[in-house]
Amino acid sequence: MSKIKSVEIKIGLEVHCQLTNLKTKLFCSCSSDYREKEPNTLICPICMGMPGTLPVLNEKALEDAIMVAIALNSKISERMLFFRKNYFYPDMPKNFQISQYDKAGGVPLALGGYIQINGKRVRIRRIQLEEDPGKLSYEGTIESSTYTLVDYNRAGISLIEIVTEPDMETPKEARLFLEKLRSILEHLGVSNGSLEGSMRCDANISLRGGKRVEVKNISSFKEVERALNFEITRQKNLIERGIAVGQETRHWDEVRRITISLRTKEEEQDYRYFPEPDLVPVIISKDQIKKIEQSMPELPDERRKRFVEQYHLSPQTAEILTRSKAMADFFEESAKLYDKPREISNWLTGEFLSYLHDKGIEIDELTLSPKHLVDMLKLIDEGIISRKMARSVLQDMLLTGKMPDAIVKEKGLEKILDREYVRKIVEKIFKENPQAVKDAIVDKKAINYLMGQLMKATEGKIDPKMAGEVIRERLSKLSKFATS
Amino acid sequence: MPSYIKLPAYEIIKRIKAQELMAEDYIASLYERIKKVEKDIRAYITLTEDLALKKAREIDKKVKKREKTGRLCGVGIAIKDNICTRGIRTTCASHMLENFVPPYDATVISRIKDEDGVIMGKANMDEFAMGSSTEFSYFGPTHNPWDLERVPGGSSGGSAAAVASGMATLALGSDTGGSIRCPASFCSVVGLKPTYGLVSRFGLIAYANSLEQIGPITKDVRDCALLLSCIASHDPLDNTSVDRPQEDYTKYLIDDIDGMKLGVVKEFFGEGTQDYVEKGVLEAVTNLEELGTDHQEISLKNLQYALPSYYIIAMSEASSNLARYDGLRYGYRIPNKSYDWSTVYSKDRRFGFGFEVKRRIILGTFALSAGYYEEYYLKAQKIRTLIKRDFDIAFKKFDVLIGPTMPILPFKIGEKVQDPLEMYMCDVDSVPANLAGIPSISIPCGFSKGLPIGLQIMAPPFREDLLLRVAFSFQKNFPVSAKLRSYE
Repeated sequence: MSKIKSVEIKIGLEVHCQLTNLKTKLFCSCSSDYREKEPNTLICPICMGMPGTLPVLNEKALEDAIMVAIALNSKISERMLFFRKNYFYPDMPKNFQISQYDKAGGVPLALGGYIQINGKRVRIRRIQLEEDPGKLSYEGTIESSTYTLVDYNRAGISLIEIVTEPDMETPKEARLFLEKLRSILEHLGVSNGSLEGSMRCDANISLRGGKRVEVKNISSFKEVERALNFEITRQKNLIERGIAVGQETRHWDEVRRITISLRTKEEEQDYRYFPEPDLVPVIISKDQIKKIEQSMPELPDERRKRFVEQYHLSPQTAEILTRSKAMADFFEESAKLYDKPREISNWLTGEFLSYLHDKGIEIDELTLSPKHLVDMLKLIDEGIISRKMARSVLQDMLLTGKMPDAIVKEKGLEKILDREYVRKIVEKIFKENPQAVKDAIVDKKAINYLMGQLMKATEGKIDPKMAGEVIRERLSKLSKFATS
Repeated sequence: MPSYIKLPAYEIIKRIKAQELMAEDYIASLYERIKKVEKDIRAYITLTEDLALKKAREIDKKVKKREKTGRLCGVGIAIKDNICTRGIRTTCASHMLENFVPPYDATVISRIKDEDGVIMGKANMDEFAMGSSTEFSYFGPTHNPWDLERVPGGSSGGSAAAVASGMATLALGSDTGGSIRCPASFCSVVGLKPTYGLVSRFGLIAYANSLEQIGPITKDVRDCALLLSCIASHDPLDNTSVDRPQEDYTKYLIDDIDGMKLGVVKEFFGEGTQDYVEKGVLEAVTNLEELGTDHQEISLKNLQYALPSYYIIAMSEASSNLARYDGLRYGYRIPNKSYDWSTVYSKDRRFGFGFEVKRRIILGTFALSAGYYEEYYLKAQKIRTLIKRDFDIAFKKFDVLIGPTMPILPFKIGEKVQDPLEMYMCDVDSVPANLAGIPSISIPCGFSKGLPIGLQIMAPPFREDLLLRVAFSFQKNFPVSAKLRSYE
């Protein structure tokens, strides 16, 4: 990465998001709740593409997709068409996918639009509605397996495909884009991004205006950054050695963390797109769009602005909090219980975020509720625990899900509030460190050593303010004695 | 007993409802007839005698108990074998689906069952409805009851031959480019292709979705109106089915067409039309004039491109529709040691499909390929729009348009099999109605050299009433009579 400036990299994404909040599949009435289900139990003649069956569009899926298009500032087509994408593969019961297309007379759900990330616009090229294929499993790897297992429970699940322009310039921007997109979808209540495989993406990347390489099979946001970083290094090495980067499709191997060539431009598949004759054009009226728009919940950008106004957070903090719906929700629930929102946001964007990042999870996957955080903050306010102690309490809460007061009691973390007790310890320290006491009398800065000793002796359970007071009190007595 | 086999459905139904005739006896007599002539005609792929007799007995019981009975009370119907029947194998006349038993009924089958129709069996056809002669069936060709050496037309040849030879009183066919009207014409029966969207396609195994409709094949126009009334209804399972009120088409059987304007389509009498056919159809035009109609010739310029456009669209859609037949989930699977799915697919499809089906899949795949799509598929769609426009303009001037259904008389079995282009040319007069989505009926209008001639009448979308009215008036005033040899 070092030698190549970020402006020379162009990244575009094709994101597939399942509309996970729908009850049924896109073209039949099978349940779409397929995760953890016995294979091939959520299927019917329609999603199995049996002879003579016909697809019927799930109206709710269309509404959800329209909502996404509105949220992404896209222009919704007045008359959209479904197209068939033809290719032979065992995960496709019909050996074609009902999808949409923006060429050959095709009209997808929506065109144009953008998502704002860190003050920059990433443009959307198109948004389309399509069906998910089934899932293939192998014994071991695809090369070594002697059979393929096919589960069609996923076949026919509603997907929206969001294609961006190549507007991203770093792998980090790609990740931020995906996070923002996920937050938008979650705010809309159309998709739960934390479900396995609910958001998948392909990335297009070109360096220095060179040929475009498509990387397929990226299953999570972390992987996107990794795959793109790998691909940049790979392409950079080729360029530095004077080898031209050819247009091709590559496969991201999550285990080995490398990309592998799948096919070159010459081998690209011809999908023979043509209009789906079993589905009539879908007319989307202005009234319908207006109605959906009016029923739409608050979006991340609006929420961010509100956070700044209502809670007086910095725009940066508000941005970080609203990057995930779960985080923003956690913040607002906490703020209802505790009236120092900046204190809450400090903890969330600090300790919480780094913990979540390490674990690669979302805040709603924790066993921790806003009440946990708020109770902990109240213990600090009451002087029962110090800020430093709170950090260790938080780590315990994250691990065990126990309430903070229980942890404090169990571990005996209460701050020492008994001044007489502290005086005794100070007396002892003074006796053991006569030179340090002498120094402290002459030089006020030398008091820190004594403070350190006191903290050590009390395991940090003492309020630093009280510690300073007691030491200074004792020193002033000694100094009076010395001078007189 | 044999008199039942000549009776139209409405007569049978009347007698069963009046308890003058037991449904069981009548159905049994149809099977007796089948036992006698089926060996020569080969109209059926699968017979469902036990089921049919059981159903007939149920109906007899209902009639006896004076329970409400349906509009098709006890009448025996042959079903083209590309229409799914729950629990009864539905083969599409293909090796690929030889043992396919659908777990669902097509919507039209549910409607027929609701109306107390009795399914006689599954009728032979060209494999996947691809053909005009019923020669391209995995189960062998059907023979024309009027001349066993000749084809019955296709692709619904089994349905038409069964009705013509008294092996069924009614039949359902499907029409993608003439597949109901062609065999109706060749077998001297009535066949109607409804307006696109009038009859549900749910359960019809697709050949070319944007063109095809299920429709009735019957002995006369009254039966045709009756069966159409039973099957035409909006179906939420078919997105292309049009939501409009249900109609009783028998009320349009009015013997009065005085003052109606008929357009005689010039292009339907072009090169390739046999003189006998032309003469027979023009005679029918003269007959209609006697009933007070006014006719004029009209030219629809874009019809010259109808046939190539039709074949490009139909084959393109077919290439995609038939992709699902890979032997994986159902259908024909040959024992295979290969682990590579594309090899498995190739072998299954190589042996599972017949020659004509493979030809059309390959041509359709080509027409949709990158670089050719604009040249073929898109151009064909543009021509389709132009043809629709030609019809729109014509229907501003005329109530109905008429011409021959087929340009030729029934040809001999084997005569055209080797020459696909000559075979495709047979559809020249029937495909325009499919491209335009308009209703079209074929009715018998005479014989030449002992072979039937069909008159085709076309009307604007959803004006089946006009078709039936003209057809009924013609049938009533100029009945076509000929003796079917196999009846004797």
